Amino acid sequence: MIIYGVAALAACHLVGVILGDLLGDLLGVQSNVGGVGFAMLLLVVVTDRMRRAGRLPALTEQGVLFWSAMYIPIVVAMAANQNVVAALAGGPVAIVAGVGATAVCLAMVPVVARVGGREAPLPPLMPQEA
Amino acid sequence: MEDIIGLIEKNGLVFAFVVVGVIMWLSYQLSDRLSAGRLHGSAVAIIIGLLLAWIGGRVTGGSSGLSDVPLFAGIGIMGGSMLRDLAIVSTAYGVDIREIRKAGTAGVLSLVLGIALSFVVGAVVAASFGYTDAVSMATIGGGAATYIVGPVTGTALGASSDVIALSVAAGLLKAVLVMIGTPFVAPLIGLNNPKSAMAYGGLMGTTSGVAGGLAATDKRLVPYGAMTATFYTGLGCLMGPSVFYLFLLQITGG
Repeated sequence: MIIYGVAALAACHLVGVILGDLLGDLLGVQSNVGGVGFAMLLLVVVTDRMRRAGRLPALTEQGVLFWSAMYIPIVVAMAANQNVVAALAGGPVAIVAGVGATAVCLAMVPVVARVGGREAPLPPLMPQEA
Repeated sequence: MEDIIGLIEKNGLVFAFVVVGVIMWLSYQLSDRLSAGRLHGSAVAIIIGLLLAWIGGRVTGGSSGLSDVPLFAGIGIMGGSMLRDLAIVSTAYGVDIREIRKAGTAGVLSLVLGIALSFVVGAVVAASFGYTDAVSMATIGGGAATYIVGPVTGTALGASSDVIALSVAAGLLKAVLVMIGTPFVAPLIGLNNPKSAMAYGGLMGTTSGVAGGLAATDKRLVPYGAMTATFYTGLGCLMGPSVFYLFLLQITGG
């Protein structure tokens, strides 16, 4: 059933954010540390186990894949919720700091990505997959 | 007419699916017709979303973009952190765990470097505009990391509210820039494989920025970038009021 996939995904999400919150508390930070990351790792491990045990039929899988396919529309909705007015109204200090930090960090991506050997690009995307 | 509006408001999330569906359709049309598919439909859709957020903010004076307009409140649910994080987690399905292990060192390094560089750039900019005390420099530096690190650092250190507001603005601008800019710079910085996506997630750090930027570039990279970015804000909140503040205190001499 599709709900099994959705439920597995949701359970991984919750366990992950709880772990992230606990880690935040442990470090004394008022913020979640890595919750989504833990949830992702958990989902990978759990679905792998289910698949090996033969407990991941295509329908169950659909429950996860639906949300994965909704990712971009959800991100578009997220973009529509941003406080763009405040982002643009910060004046020169905020603008220079924001632009500067973005530019410097983007420039470092190829440098850091080279650590431990360069990786080949993914094959080009088929239009219908995008 | 008012009945219909009331009904739509009551069915906010359902209406949001329609609205976003229309935005997506329009964006893919624009992408095909105007850029011959060079600029992804998803990138166009995110830009339209940000434009609508700007309009919503101007009309209502609120802080949540389009979703402050009662008719579009459902957009706030659809694009809120709950469903966004659920969708991000779901993209991990099918991820190759070996890729993540292989890029582990680069991922950790990118986090440390991303947070440190943002703090340094923010602090230098703050100082050059006359905010030369360690508290303000650390707060604006935190804002240059993310719009959460800034106010958390500022509140912990007792920064003034105008400095905290500046740090939030810097962080918001970074998130918006990362969303819009990533598809354009992706070819220049080699952002086309899982490892570079992990480096990118750790360096940029803003969850919304990374989520949007990778969606607009190549959806297959999303889980790798999100994986590192998810640690960024927490680590930033840890390092801001402690290591970086003390470091700045040393430099400014109190």
